[in-house]
Amino acid sequence: MSIAHTLLGLLEAGPRHGYDLKRAFDERFGHDRPLHYGQVYSTMSRLLKNGLVEVDGVEAGGGPERKRYAITDAGVTDVEQWLGRPEKPEPYLQSTLYTKVVLALLTGRPADAILDAQRAEHLRLMRDLTRRKSSGDLADQLICDHALFHLEADLRWLELTAARLDRLSKEVQA
Amino acid sequence: MIPAGSLLAASGLRKAYGLTTALDGADFSIHPGEVVAVMGPSGSGKSTLLHCLAGILRPDAGTVRYDGRDLSALSDAERSALRRSEFGFVFQFGQLVPELTCLENAALPLRLTGTKRKDAEATALRWLEHLEVADVRHHRPGQISGGQQQRVAVARSLVTTPRVIFADEPTGALDSLNGERVLELLTKAARETRAAVVLVTHEARVAAYSDREVVVRDGRARDMAGVHGAA
Repeated sequence: MSIAHTLLGLLEAGPRHGYDLKRAFDERFGHDRPLHYGQVYSTMSRLLKNGLVEVDGVEAGGGPERKRYAITDAGVTDVEQWLGRPEKPEPYLQSTLYTKVVLALLTGRPADAILDAQRAEHLRLMRDLTRRKSSGDLADQLICDHALFHLEADLRWLELTAARLDRLSKEVQA
Repeated sequence: MIPAGSLLAASGLRKAYGLTTALDGADFSIHPGEVVAVMGPSGSGKSTLLHCLAGILRPDAGTVRYDGRDLSALSDAERSALRRSEFGFVFQFGQLVPELTCLENAALPLRLTGTKRKDAEATALRWLEHLEVADVRHHRPGQISGGQQQRVAVARSLVTTPRVIFADEPTGALDSLNGERVLELLTKAARETRAAVVLVTHEARVAAYSDREVVVRDGRARDMAGVHGAA
């Protein structure tokens, strides 16, 4: 996720102090990984340098943290372009798991046990997310759903691999 | 070996249809209030396991014990009575009687056990409210959506306050949003009434509503509780 674009987007609603920006970010997007103050201020100074934000006011007695930032027209255009640009689909190649399965087959270890353990671990996380979803608000539900669909895709790969283990074993040992 | 405190447990189940082996030494157990997902690919024996656990099918070998009783020692009539009064069922398709209203459908299990119509329908209405479909109580199944039909079916499975609910791909015919709501309501109601739920599914998102999973492969059921720490 582009933190700079997300912070810029949050500024579109109106000028904010760095601290408010961090709080707004954490509240909406930082459930598992809240931003560090340092990240906010370094990002803002970069945006300032690039003319995407400007200082809207400085509170008396303030250091850099007392600055209030406002988005510029160039910043609004930048957010607009970012939102309209599709993300590059990144197929999550199951490289580690694939390697483990092949190595297990090569070394005569039970590959299905690896897949079983991974399934159990995936389901454990899916249960946590499902619980969090049912007690959370709509934003929580959307975030958890995104993670759940990805984990489900992994699990489908696991099941398919489990069903193909015999064939894979023959090919690996050929 | 049957785990202590289990409400329903099976050991060494074998079942064949002609030359095809469906179950080949399957073990299973569930405690009151627990939701257990039975997972596995198509044809692995999941539904056969469910049917044996519910006393619908007699296994060729092995035992099923429910609340201390050996199901195979019961007569057909006794097993039918047990299914009507202590078990609830939710399937993927075609469960509602098309000629009856939703309220009458939901009240049906109580009517079959001899409850008076007025009392049966009062209880059914409470469950329809719980499942958020009380507004369609006077409709027939053909007049409502698939999601609503499934909620009525879940309400029907709960009216007798069963101790075990057997759900075989209960959301297989529903879209994601409807499916999730049905699962939320089913598992919430089951936890509130301390009913055990045997949830057969091949979908991980459905299994995520369970407390633990049992994986059936090639007719053998494996409890995955032991592999959690291994990953």
